[in-house]
Amino acid sequence: MSQSIHIVDTGIANLASVQAAVNRLGSKPALTRDAQVVEQCPYLILPGVGAFGVGLQSLRAYKLIDALLARIERDQPTLAICLGMQILCRASEESPGVSGLGVIEASVTRFQSPRIPQIGWNNVSPTQPEFFESGHAYFANSYRLAAAPSGWNCAIADYDGPFVAALQRGNIVACQFHPEISGAFGMSLLKKWATLKPQEVLPC
Amino acid sequence: MLTKRIIPCLDVKNDRVVKGVQFNNLRDCGSPVDRALLYEQQGADEIVILDVAATVEARRARRDTVSNVRAALSIPLTVGGGVASVADVRELLNAGADKVSINTAAVTRPDLIDELAQNFGSQCTVVAIDAIKAGASWVVTSHSGTTRTEIDAIAWAQTVVDRGAGEILLTSWDRDGSKAGYDLEMLEAITRAVNVPVIASGGAATPDDMVQALAAGADAVLAASMFHDNVYTVAAVKSELRTSGCEVRL
Repeated sequence: MSQSIHIVDTGIANLASVQAAVNRLGSKPALTRDAQVVEQCPYLILPGVGAFGVGLQSLRAYKLIDALLARIERDQPTLAICLGMQILCRASEESPGVSGLGVIEASVTRFQSPRIPQIGWNNVSPTQPEFFESGHAYFANSYRLAAAPSGWNCAIADYDGPFVAALQRGNIVACQFHPEISGAFGMSLLKKWATLKPQEVLPC
Repeated sequence: MLTKRIIPCLDVKNDRVVKGVQFNNLRDCGSPVDRALLYEQQGADEIVILDVAATVEARRARRDTVSNVRAALSIPLTVGGGVASVADVRELLNAGADKVSINTAAVTRPDLIDELAQNFGSQCTVVAIDAIKAGASWVVTSHSGTTRTEIDAIAWAQTVVDRGAGEILLTSWDRDGSKAGYDLEMLEAITRAVNVPVIASGGAATPDDMVQALAAGADAVLAASMFHDNVYTVAAVKSELRTSGCEVRL
């Protein structure tokens, strides 16, 4: 694999770790804030750490919301990580009144656990065998999807109750965990995603 | 289920891993990249790099160390040592840290904790607390243990969490390098007082020390010389922990 994988440059994520993982994959990481690239490039990662409202505000400021929606509508391979996954949801308890992209028909809520954030390696189990594998992945989050939305392949984990660890529908993959720093388990998922077949597009 | 983390700590000076008692009498323990990768292969859950000589000229070296380790490492990386501003943190995140740990700067200017949590999120903001026993309680020390404050460690732990710290790296400065085991009493007191994950540090010599720290409430255990001296591999430690009933990632 020597293709480029574009990474949305939100300015607040652990971008260096995502870039390093793409390099280890044998692909070329390229940061972008260009709406046309975001909409059309063959492979796009939407990373994210920090607060829901801030993440959406920065996507709005760079005018990337419509581009993201269009590429997801066309089923262009897209990987949303951590806050990136939450941004695809309708809303979050973290930032009341702020609308997410609504691609995932569900709202994000805060953990009801004695220790928040959840930081560390949790056991991920697919509820359908189609896409995800079992294994440990690294999480760092205070908010989560408590139940799987319909129409998606799902993997779950447990932190004082089950929550959605990852979702996949066609070429769209969303992980609450951080595959870029989840060792061999994360690399295997990245590899699988990066071999999904993109739609025919204009070069970008 | 969330597993307990085993975290090898690399004390780094001028791009070399060093180890001494309380940062004195430093011994060379190899290159940070080699050590970090060795521990990842052994099953480490995270790597902490603490820059021991965080002077101005050492900062460039630190940034290079972090980016070299990041390029090779596929598990989380926490970096600390001399971090004093939002700009310092941004530089380390850009170099490849996933979390940044602050210590002395948090004591001298606690607003920094709020600033980091607002800019980068709590999950990225680790506050390191170096504490020593003082009568029936513990007080915070700063400047690598050289400055003893009058701040109560338990109250300070609560303060840093209120301000947005997402994790506490709790070092018993009495025990650091002593191989006398973690300060379990302090761990229990602090983990009871806060609702964020706590990493136990200072004094580990055996897997049993780690079992006890996890039983005392720690979410993760950090050790340096135990691993650097090749007394135990991370894999050997984890297998003993599992035998003792601790949930670990194997």
